[in-house]
Amino acid sequence: MSILTRTDGSHAPSAAAGRRPRAGASTVIAMVFMVLIAGYMLLPVYWLLVSSTKSQGDLVTTPGLLPARWHLGENLAALFDHQDGVYSRWLLNSLLYAGAGSAVATVLAAAAGYALATYAFRGREAVFSVILGGVLVPATALALPLFLLFAEFDATNTFWSVFLPSVVSPFGVYLSRIFAAASVPDEVVEAARMDGASEFRIFRTIAMRLMSPALVTVFLFQFVVIWNNFLLPLVMLQDERLYPVTLGLFTWQSQTSRLPELQTLTIVGALVSVVPIVLTFLLLQRYWRAGLAAGAVKS
Amino acid sequence: MIPTRTPAGARRRPRRTLAPYAFLAPFLIPFVLFTLAPVGYAFWQSLHRTERTGGTFGRTHSVFAGSDQYAAVVKEPFFADSVLRVVGFALVQIPVMLLLALVLALLLDSAVARAKRFFRLVYFVPYGIPGVVAALMWAFLYDPRLSPVVDLLHSAGTHVDLLGPGAILWSIGNVVTWTYTGYNMLILYAALQAVPADIGEAARVDGASGWTVALRIKIPIIRPALVLTGVFSIIGTFQLFTEPQVFRSIATSVTSTYTPNLAAYSLASGDNYSEAAALSVLLAVVTFALSFAFLRFTSRGQA
Repeated sequence: MSILTRTDGSHAPSAAAGRRPRAGASTVIAMVFMVLIAGYMLLPVYWLLVSSTKSQGDLVTTPGLLPARWHLGENLAALFDHQDGVYSRWLLNSLLYAGAGSAVATVLAAAAGYALATYAFRGREAVFSVILGGVLVPATALALPLFLLFAEFDATNTFWSVFLPSVVSPFGVYLSRIFAAASVPDEVVEAARMDGASEFRIFRTIAMRLMSPALVTVFLFQFVVIWNNFLLPLVMLQDERLYPVTLGLFTWQSQTSRLPELQTLTIVGALVSVVPIVLTFLLLQRYWRAGLAAGAVKS
Repeated sequence: MIPTRTPAGARRRPRRTLAPYAFLAPFLIPFVLFTLAPVGYAFWQSLHRTERTGGTFGRTHSVFAGSDQYAAVVKEPFFADSVLRVVGFALVQIPVMLLLALVLALLLDSAVARAKRFFRLVYFVPYGIPGVVAALMWAFLYDPRLSPVVDLLHSAGTHVDLLGPGAILWSIGNVVTWTYTGYNMLILYAALQAVPADIGEAARVDGASGWTVALRIKIPIIRPALVLTGVFSIIGTFQLFTEPQVFRSIATSVTSTYTPNLAAYSLASGDNYSEAAALSVLLAVVTFALSFAFLRFTSRGQA
């Protein structure tokens, strides 16, 4: 198995090569430990995969970690059929909240980060400090105050009450500033100015392009934050047709004691809701790792 | 950092342009509206009380109440319970999670580990799974009617009710540890990657063991990253909401005021907006103060 092959990315001291015989025992211990932890991390995911293929009857009667009669197709059909297909509505809502929300958030953060990195202007550090303070305010701490504010304007239970707060990403501004400072050379900006390009055009055609790997990171992080958001839609929304998929699954799960058949739907629904995000992460892992590295090293 | 003294800054000095403000405005306007304003409004509301004039159906208006709402919240019986609960949770869960993340990061960074890319990916998988879904999966895994885990424990002769009043807090701790260990590991691992390889090499040539290199050289160097993960964990713990909320439907031991955040949510859904506002402001201030104190405490003694 691939566990036994050396992989790249290691900057192991070459001097250790002479010590190989001693490394044998510690390698075995380390590998056993790492495999155990990997098993722990994958156990719920494995359980979810197996359970998604079972009928409601088999779910209760067969051993949890062993597959039973294949029932995935029927489960999926039931999932998208239940309550006139409300699940697909939730999926679309989540895609809209997370996709459009993080796209807007990324553009706003890019512009702000670019401005903070390239211009020297009055109040720059003060503005940046306030934005950094915003990084430390977790989304859950903001949900109730946001609800109180929106309630004042009778604007709760609307699409915008969930969408608008999610276009703000102080962490995105922080990352964009670091990346803009590192990847947009002053000389290039100056040269473009000499050629008569407007400030906006320089940002749109040159800076955005140079920053694009970083912007993918900002987009991805905000996408995950919005997709996983639970408290904000929970306090804001009463109309089931506006729910994101997380909130929808939660309402199904909380009814399972009365309606046990919802168990299967909740499990299959959870699996389907995870697929897009896992796929995105796998496809874009080059970018988010670079982003995390910058965030950790520079702070 | 004094950017205005750099040559680039000096060159741009004469160019007094509105461009930076134009670039900042599209972010700052929603930032003010949806981050600063709600906090400010919650603070204002926490200082006021709603009163009705002319009986039950009279008009409502706000009356300045000073710190009355805060006093009322602090006196509620759930307040001390929920705060002590998250403090106890933080004292156990955060060290366990960060130690695990640190050991994994050091192993991935060391020569002993194999298949690093594979393990890094596997450990990070839980972070990509929405908190609600993570809590749902573990809720099923704890449920005695369905759970293979409970079956295994039974066949091993242990009869623990993972959803009982004694165990539920640690069952929640397990979900949080499962979700965030990989995330913290990745931050620490990224910091370790920045440690120059020749430092460790030189120490090993001098006869230091792998563990000595890790304890004496690598951990001190990545200290800022460790502090960062500590601050994020403290903030997260005091905001604990999703996991207990999901567990409420299967475990009666999780009350509607189980954590401070859950209590604030319950107050708001009971239309007690003023107390809900006071509690969320209190929560935000305490979170800030703790993170700040932790930052100060851990950066003390650094050269």
